[in-house]
Amino acid sequence: MNAALRISAPGGAATIQDLGRPGFQRYGVPEAGAMDRGALRIANLLVGNDETEACIEFAVVGGAYEMVGGPGRLAVAGDFTVTVDGVKLAAYQSYDLREGSRLSIGRSASGVYGYLAVDGGLDIAAVLGSRSTHVRSGIGGGVLQAGMRLPLRQQRESFAVAQILPRASWPQYDGPIRVVLGPQDDFFTPKGIADFLAGDYRVSLRSDRMGYRLEGPPIARAGDFNIVSDGIALGSIQVPGTGLPIVLLADRQSTGGYPKIATVVSCDIRRLAQRRPQDVVRFAAVSADEAEEIAKADQAAFHGLCSHIRTAIDTDPYDSARLLQLNLVDGFIDGEV
Amino acid sequence: MSPAPHSGLPSAALCRILNAGDCGLVVEFGSAVDARLNGLVVALDARLRSEALPGVVETVPTYRSLLVLFDPIVLGRRELIAKLEMMSADLRPEDDSQTRRWFVPVTYGEGFGEDLDHVAALHGLTTDEVIRHHSQAEYRVYMIGFAPGFAYLGGLPELLHTPRRIDPRQRTPAGSISIGGVQAAISSVEGPSGWHLLGRTPLRTFDLAREDPFLLKPGDRVRFQPVPQAEFLRLKAMSESGAVTAEWEAAS
Repeated sequence: MNAALRISAPGGAATIQDLGRPGFQRYGVPEAGAMDRGALRIANLLVGNDETEACIEFAVVGGAYEMVGGPGRLAVAGDFTVTVDGVKLAAYQSYDLREGSRLSIGRSASGVYGYLAVDGGLDIAAVLGSRSTHVRSGIGGGVLQAGMRLPLRQQRESFAVAQILPRASWPQYDGPIRVVLGPQDDFFTPKGIADFLAGDYRVSLRSDRMGYRLEGPPIARAGDFNIVSDGIALGSIQVPGTGLPIVLLADRQSTGGYPKIATVVSCDIRRLAQRRPQDVVRFAAVSADEAEEIAKADQAAFHGLCSHIRTAIDTDPYDSARLLQLNLVDGFIDGEV
Repeated sequence: MSPAPHSGLPSAALCRILNAGDCGLVVEFGSAVDARLNGLVVALDARLRSEALPGVVETVPTYRSLLVLFDPIVLGRRELIAKLEMMSADLRPEDDSQTRRWFVPVTYGEGFGEDLDHVAALHGLTTDEVIRHHSQAEYRVYMIGFAPGFAYLGGLPELLHTPRRIDPRQRTPAGSISIGGVQAAISSVEGPSGWHLLGRTPLRTFDLAREDPFLLKPGDRVRFQPVPQAEFLRLKAMSESGAVTAEWEAAS
C-alpha cells in the first residue's frame, strides 16, 4: 500500500485544487482551480511534480499533517511558517518526512492562500478532467477534514536533495491590479469609470473563492443594472445595483446578469487573490494589446523565477531538515552547498 | 438599450467583439433574448469548435453572445479577432447539425410542483390549463448556466409569463420544472431558486456517472410530456441506474 498523508487538522477553507477545470463552463460547471495558480505551480515544482498536479489549498492557516504508511516529500508555497517534527523551517522548499513525521503549517505572514504539494501527487480521481474542488456543486477532490487520509499516487523510494526557492525569488503580490475595460464598460458613466480607476477599494470580509467584494466609491451607471446573462471570464468585475464591484474568481458561476465594467489581467489574479480582507486594492487600466504583452512578460518572468529553484543541500534526506534549519531560519540561502 | 460601445472593436456588421481581459473575447450578436440571435451564437460556437484552433481554451455560449476564452501566449488576440470576424460574417442561424428535440417527462402539481396552484390562480386558469399550456409549447434551450446542467428555456406561452417569487427558496429539488418571468427552466441539481415550481422530471440532465454527463445543449428543443406519479417513480428508478429517461429526435 502506498504511503498516505493524514490530515491531523485541516487548514482554513482547505480543499484539493489544481489548475482548474476548463471546458465545461458551457454546461454550467464552474472552472474552480487554485486561487493563486502561480504558487500552486511552484509548490509542485519544488517536489518534482508536473506543475499541473493537484495540491492542498488553504487560506490563512495551513493545518497539520502526518505521514503514514511510508515516507513522503512535501513542499509548501506561500508565506507561511512551517514546522517539521517541531523544527521551524522556511516555506518555499521541500521537506522529506519519514513515516510518522509531522508537518504543520501556521498562519500566513502575508497573503491569504498557500499550497501543500506532495511528491508523486495525491491519489484522487479526476472529475471532468480535473481534481479541483467546487464546493457548491460538490464536484472534485473535496473539502479536507481532520482524520482524512490522502494516499500518494506514486511512491518514491528515495529522495535526492531538498529543493528550495530562495526568499529573494518569492512571488511578489503588491502594486495596482491591472484591468482591461469591458465587456460592458458602456453601461457606466465616464465619471463612474474614472471613480473606479481612481478609487481606493478594500477587500470585504464577505469574500471567498467565488469572488472578492470590494468596498469603496460606488460606480455610477449609465443605464440599466441588468444585462441579458452572458459568460463570465476569470477576473470579471461585475457591478450590481449597489455600485460596489465584485471581482469574480475561481469558483464563479459560468454566467451572470450584471454588467462587467472590466476584467483583471490574468497574471494579476493571483496578486488580487492574495489580498486579505481590509487590504487596499487599486486598479489601473491597460489596453487589451498591452495586456497581451503583460501576459507574455509574466510568463517569461515566471519561468525565470522557477529557474531559481535550486538544490538546498546534499545530504541524508532525514537529516536535511535539521541541517537546513541552520541556513534557513530566515529563509534565505545563497549558493549551493 | 444599446449604448455606444466603448470597448467595442471594429467587426462585421452582424456582431461586435468585446474585450474580456487578456484571455477572453465576447462576440455579441445583440442585446435581446431572441431565438435568431441565439441561433447565431450556436452556429458560431459550432464553427469555432469544428476548427479547433490551437489556443482556444473553451467557449461559453449564452443567450446572445459567445464568450471565447483563449491562451494569449499560444494564440494572438488580433489573430483570433480576425478569425471570429471572418466566421461571423456568413453565419446561418441553426448552423449546427447536432441540435436535438427532447421529450422530457414531467409530473405536475402536488408533491412535485408546489407553485402550480398559485400560478393557476394568478392567471385565472385551472391547474389543468396551466399544465396544458406549459406542455404543449415547444421550448428552445438558450443556454446552460447557473449550476451544472441547469437549462434556461425560451418559448414560454405568454399567458404563463409570471414575475419571479419575491422570496426565493433556498432549496429546490433536482429536476425542478419551473417558470420565471418570460422563461422556463429544467434544474439539474438541488439549489436555490426564485422561480415558480410547476413540476418535476425524473430525467437527469446532468449525471457524472454517464458517458456524456450533459444531455441538453444550447439550441436544443424541449417538449414536456405530462406523466402520472407512478410513471415518475418508474423513470426515476431508471434514471438512478444511469438511463436517459427521455426520448429525442434530430431537430433540424
